[in-house]
Amino acid sequence: MRAKGIAPGPPPGLCEPGMDQLPTEFPHQSVTFPEPLPLDCGLALPGITIAYRTYGVLNAEKSNAILVCHALTGDQYVAEPNPETGRPGWWERVVGPGAAVDTGRYFVICANVLGGCMGSTGPRSPHPRRPGALWGVEFPVITIHDMVRAQKRLVEHLGISRLFAVIGGSMGGMQALSWAVQFPEMLFAAVPIAAAAYHSAQNIAFHEIGRQAIAADPHFRGGHYWAQGVRPERGLAVARMTAHITYVSEEALTRKFGRKLQNAEGLSALGEQFAVESYLQYQGSSFVQRFDANSYLTITRAMDLFDLAGEHEGDLAAAFRGARARFLLVSFSSDWLFPTAQSRAIARALNHAAANVSFVEVQSDKGHDAFLLDEPDFHATLHGFLTGCAEQARLA
Amino acid sequence: MSAVKKIRVDLALIAGMVKPGARVLDIGCAEGQLIEHLTRDKRCDARGIEIDMREVQRAIAHGLPVMQGDADTELVTYPDDAFDYVILSRTLQAVEKPREVLRQMLRISTRAIVSFPNFGHWSLRLQLLARGRMPMTAGWNRMWYETPNIHPCTISDFFALCAMDGYVVEDWLAADEEGLRTPWRRSRRLANLFGEQGLFLLRRG
Repeated sequence: MRAKGIAPGPPPGLCEPGMDQLPTEFPHQSVTFPEPLPLDCGLALPGITIAYRTYGVLNAEKSNAILVCHALTGDQYVAEPNPETGRPGWWERVVGPGAAVDTGRYFVICANVLGGCMGSTGPRSPHPRRPGALWGVEFPVITIHDMVRAQKRLVEHLGISRLFAVIGGSMGGMQALSWAVQFPEMLFAAVPIAAAAYHSAQNIAFHEIGRQAIAADPHFRGGHYWAQGVRPERGLAVARMTAHITYVSEEALTRKFGRKLQNAEGLSALGEQFAVESYLQYQGSSFVQRFDANSYLTITRAMDLFDLAGEHEGDLAAAFRGARARFLLVSFSSDWLFPTAQSRAIARALNHAAANVSFVEVQSDKGHDAFLLDEPDFHATLHGFLTGCAEQARLA
Repeated sequence: MSAVKKIRVDLALIAGMVKPGARVLDIGCAEGQLIEHLTRDKRCDARGIEIDMREVQRAIAHGLPVMQGDADTELVTYPDDAFDYVILSRTLQAVEKPREVLRQMLRISTRAIVSFPNFGHWSLRLQLLARGRMPMTAGWNRMWYETPNIHPCTISDFFALCAMDGYVVEDWLAADEEGLRTPWRRSRRLANLFGEQGLFLLRRG
């Protein structure tokens, strides 16, 4: 499979020959844990670095900490601009002073996931046994559970023995579920948003298109692109374009673009003809400036491997048997990537396991991305849930 | 729904049937007034199911565990004997399969508390007799073609269903629209004629 002809026109001009062999690392705030981290795949990482940000003040009892988990291409800059990319915080609508996750009340932690490329240990980190080389494609296969085990180290490092809540959308929701299952005694509440207990065949299929596009890029060089001063930008851009379609609903695309033409002069099979095409290409090209292709491969694989029920002979309720958190599950009506049925299945399994669970489907035409966007009903629900939990947890 | 903190009278009647500390599921819990009362004042483990997103959001915002869902489809997903009481307040007449919903209620719970507007009330009978048209009252206030109350029944009908399906009626009463008790309590015939709503506490036979 070739990515031929999908992204015509000159590449964004970001991969200049002679680029540093090792990318210069931006000094993200981070902590390094020298102890090896055993992974689900059977290997162990010899020590890990976790880049993170915190907001608000940890109270004296250390009982007001909320861990926010980011999605596939997110980062730790949840409530402030990312200093490396200049992009605004990805959840400033939800996390901040007076927001649903009120940083005036809670101590909010957000960490770049293991396998990421914003300062945490991942494929772009130095290879532990080969001086001057990066992990690249040799970075071990990691899982959502592994990401959560890495986060646990950070949480303990911050002196917190029990989180007030773990909140996340999409892959962040998977992490919230993993927290509730792996470390039930370490969280009071869990809020998986637009999430699923497993990655469906359709989800995996879309990820596979992205991975194949990256692998088919001549600049991928078997994953050693960094050593050769190139980057598989076209492949990564196609991966992002494909993924982006899955993040929005048909209604949203129609509302934004319809069949609007971009280029009224002349017709061609290639070249931007429709507005939606140039929008997607913009999405693709802006993405490659901030994301590492090997990280994309690593993290998409981690999502694909996620299957809570699979670890319990297909019985999701069994997975939740030890869960003690109060759960709020939120889905969005037009989300076809992590559809309501998935969240409802989780809620039902939690009911089966006699857990304390609330579930609401928010009406929205914005698709999967709705959890990142302006959805007052969602924000009000989240705020109310946290306030109710704070009351029950006797949080001052 | 009124903003006063005091619990609605008909909900208070229902709450009076629930033993303290019980596991309770309230189907059609609206914004969760009853489960809040049961949790706070009777130390119950009370949860709710509600179909309306706005109500669910209000309930969750109160810190109450509520699932957005439909009684017709949601109850089957609960395990046997998950609750001590399952409550269906003024909703039975609006579900698609009332008999099946009752069956599910008494599968997942030892006891069921059911209230419904009584279609046998004299004013409804009189209107139907005199005008030959579907009756309209304070309780039955939507035209037949748009009412959500697709399965109206009378107190006598409900007794008959319980007998047919082998449910034990542990307690029952007829009440007026506000939920105040009515004096026809021990006469089924009079209750069916004068009670605006029926309230039943059922147990598996």
